[in-house]
Amino acid sequence: MTLSLFNQFLSPSLMWIPLAAIALALPWALFPHQTTRWVNNRLLSLQSWFLGQFTQQIFLPINSPGHKWALLLASLMLFLITLNTAGLLPYTFTPTTQLSMNMGFAIPLWLATVVLGLCTQPTQALGHLLPEGTPTPLIPVLIIIETISLFIRPIALGVRLTANLTAGHLLIQLISSATSVLLSVLPAVATFTITLLFLLTLLEVAVAMIQAYVFVLLLSLYLQENV
Amino acid sequence: MHLPLLFPSFPAATPPVPVKMADKPVPVVEKRLMDVKLGELPRWVAGRNLTPTGLVAGVFGAYDRYYNKYINVKKGGIGGVAMFLFGYVAISYLWSYEHLKHDRWRKYH
Repeated sequence: MTLSLFNQFLSPSLMWIPLAAIALALPWALFPHQTTRWVNNRLLSLQSWFLGQFTQQIFLPINSPGHKWALLLASLMLFLITLNTAGLLPYTFTPTTQLSMNMGFAIPLWLATVVLGLCTQPTQALGHLLPEGTPTPLIPVLIIIETISLFIRPIALGVRLTANLTAGHLLIQLISSATSVLLSVLPAVATFTITLLFLLTLLEVAVAMIQAYVFVLLLSLYLQENV
Repeated sequence: MHLPLLFPSFPAATPPVPVKMADKPVPVVEKRLMDVKLGELPRWVAGRNLTPTGLVAGVFGAYDRYYNKYINVKKGGIGGVAMFLFGYVAISYLWSYEHLKHDRWRKYH
């Protein structure tokens, strides 16, 4: 029996190296360098295709000064999607369940978009605080609301990723421990929980990929507003 | 048919004592890891380049050898990545064993 439900989110150390370090190094090993060859191996070809599709999808609505962010957002996407999906393997550590890491991604990148907007086009950046067509009496309230929503953005970005992954891992642990207890007591109910666990795992794989995509998509939207 | 040639008499057919065909003995430190015998392992490890630069070069060399053997091939399949991920799971288990061993079934908690 597990001692606590949240023990799975710890990062135990062996010889003073935390497991988190190995988990963070995994994406480096899984994605090979580009080469100058005309035809690469299958992994590299798949990776290039995916990166091309993704970058085109994300940067279509952004004007050309924003295209400088392509490397950053594409590598962030690869990093997050690898960390999230690799965390679904047994016994692994998922760094993106840690709020500290996700805030470490969200706050600097959001702040960069805001500062970029305020430096290059301050009027337009401040103009985003008031949607078009607002009735005049509502203007003061709405500016306050929009400012609050602006400052909530990094918190929302970080907490969304953390909460989704943590909740998914917790659910998997709960349902699998329920299944293992029920197998000896009520095998019929255990088959139901096993089916549930299977469907939940599929959902978690999807959530892992979608959450990484949403994180990067929202950052690109914030960039689009400000560049 | 040269029957005497096909069935030579035993003493005359014995070839002269053969020359030793083995290679010159290689120093332990220069052998590849798979050729080192278990008893020679401490000596082998002690003789390798254990400076930080050497360790990093060792890691990258191992990565390059794995990549060129299993992934950078003409028709690579899922095996290369799958073996790597399995090794990653195994390492994660090893790393958290001290923590996991408390999670066993026990009669009294």
